[in-house]
Parts: sequence; C-alpha cells; structure tokens
Amino acid sequence: MSEAMVAHQSHPDDSKSILGFWIYIMTDCVLFASLFAVFAVMRNATFGGPNGHELFSLPFVLAETMLLLTSSFTCGLMVLAGRVRSKQWVMLALGVTFLLGLSFVCLEVSEFRHLVIEGNSWRRSGFLSAYFTLVATHGLHVSIGLLWLVVNGWRIVKRGLGDVTQKRLTLFSLFWHFLDIIWIIIFSMVYLVGVR
Amino acid sequence: MNADKSRAAIAGPLQAYITGFILSIALTLLAYSLTVHHVVAGNAFILVIASLAMIQLAIQLLFFLHLSQESRPRWRLLVFGFMVMVVAILVYGSVWIMNNLNYNMMTPSQLKTFMHQNEGL
Repeated sequence: MSEAMVAHQSHPDDSKSILGFWIYIMTDCVLFASLFAVFAVMRNATFGGPNGHELFSLPFVLAETMLLLTSSFTCGLMVLAGRVRSKQWVMLALGVTFLLGLSFVCLEVSEFRHLVIEGNSWRRSGFLSAYFTLVATHGLHVSIGLLWLVVNGWRIVKRGLGDVTQKRLTLFSLFWHFLDIIWIIIFSMVYLVGVR
Repeated sequence: MNADKSRAAIAGPLQAYITGFILSIALTLLAYSLTVHHVVAGNAFILVIASLAMIQLAIQLLFFLHLSQESRPRWRLLVFGFMVMVVAILVYGSVWIMNNLNYNMMTPSQLKTFMHQNEGL
C-alpha cells in the first residue's frame, strides 16, 4: 500500500497541490458542520408541520446512498487506472462514476420535487429549511463535481493521459470521496435518526 | 516493463479500495436494518447510528483517502485534526447552547411543567 503514496508524491509539485486541495476540503467540512449544527438545533422545529418520520422514504434514500458509495469506489478505480496509464479503463471508470453521480442527483431532485409539490418546501418550517439547506448544499457539491468530471473527461479525450491530467484526477477523487463521507453522515444523522 | 511495474504497484491500493467498499456497504446496510427493524430504542439508537457512521468515516479515510499512508511531515493529518477540533466545538457547542437556551428562556409556569415532567419534581 505504501507504493500508492510514493506514486502520489513522485512529483514534488503534486504533493503541494494535494495538500492545498486537502485544506480546501477541510474548510468545506467546516461549512457542512455549521449546516449540521443548524439542522441539529432545528430538528424539532416543525411548526406543526410534518417531521422526518412522515416525510422520508428510507428505501429511496438507501438507493441514493448505494449509488454514491459505488461511484466513490469507481472513482478510486479511475485514479488507479490512470496510474497504469490505461486510457480505456480511465474513460470507462469515469463514465460509470459520472452516470452513478448523475443518477444520485436525479433521485435527489425528484425527492425535493416530491416534497415541494406536497407543500413541504423549505418555507414550511424551520426543520424543512435546515433540511433543504443541508442536503441541497451537498447536492450542489455533487453537481459541481459532475461538471468537473466532464471537463476532466474532455481533457483526456483531447490531450490524452498526462501527468497534469493524472494529478487532476487525483484531486477530483479526494473531492468525490469527501462528498461520499458527508453523505454518509447525512444518511445517518438526518434520515436514519430523523425517521425514528 | 514499466507498465508491468506500475501494474504491480496498484495491486495494494486496489485491494484497499475493494476492502473499503465492502466494509462501507456492510456498515450502511447494518445501520439501515437496525433502523427498519427497530432493534435499538431511544437515545441509544442515536448513539449506535452515530458510532456506525463514525466507523464508516474512519474506514473511508483510511481506505479511500489513504490518510494513514502520508509521508512525514504529516501536514494533511495535522489539518485534518484541526478541522475535527473546529467541527466538534461548532456542532457540540451549538447543540449544547441551544438546548440550554430553550431551558433558560421558559416562563415560570413552563419551567414548572417542564420540571414536573422531566425531573420528577
């Protein structure tokens, strides 16, 4: 396993970019932590409206979780394929990651749409405001990640797999794994705990 | 020759990804079935679910983000530790203050009812 890090840091500039990007991710964690804190404070502020038990459908959310978890895995495979310079496998893993991420976003949008149509939008209660802010911020991050993935794919098609592209794929994988971790906490603390 | 060498070099990381993926799925399904089948009740439930989430967080940090394989000096780990501290103060502090704020902002009659219900007075 230690070879992984050697490959990571073969280029001195790479390790600097990775550290810089890591610091960005950590500050993003603080952003999410503040949203989690708001949600924790607002969790019972339903203003007579429905609570999580009435609103959330667990099988649906489990499907979302599995999609994102699998896309995190295929994203890791993409970086490994890049390390052996296999363009075909990189493009395949990139495509699968993109499709899984896109399905996740689609499921989330349809969940939001469903809630809003039934009159349970963010305007309904403090609980729902906090819920929408937290989950939609995550969804926005995932959408931006998908855009970034398309840009990376486009670059690989145009210029092939160079050192720079490989570095970008590594940074992207950090971002994507981080979003998966945030989703695990949302899944546990918002949905599983909220349903009970 | 070079390709073979790098192919051998990714065998370890590949195994790490597969292990992390399987463990994450297992933990997610465990947390899900605990919730659906109402195995644990009350506050213990929140504690169990939170612990499962923390275990999964640690697994993904180790197997997906390779936090343990950083060479010295371990700047990423240092920044991570600082983030954990800020997050802990932010989340725990907010919940603590706001819960007590509720308690402190009650009118005397609300406080009487509250103490009656919750503290057996």
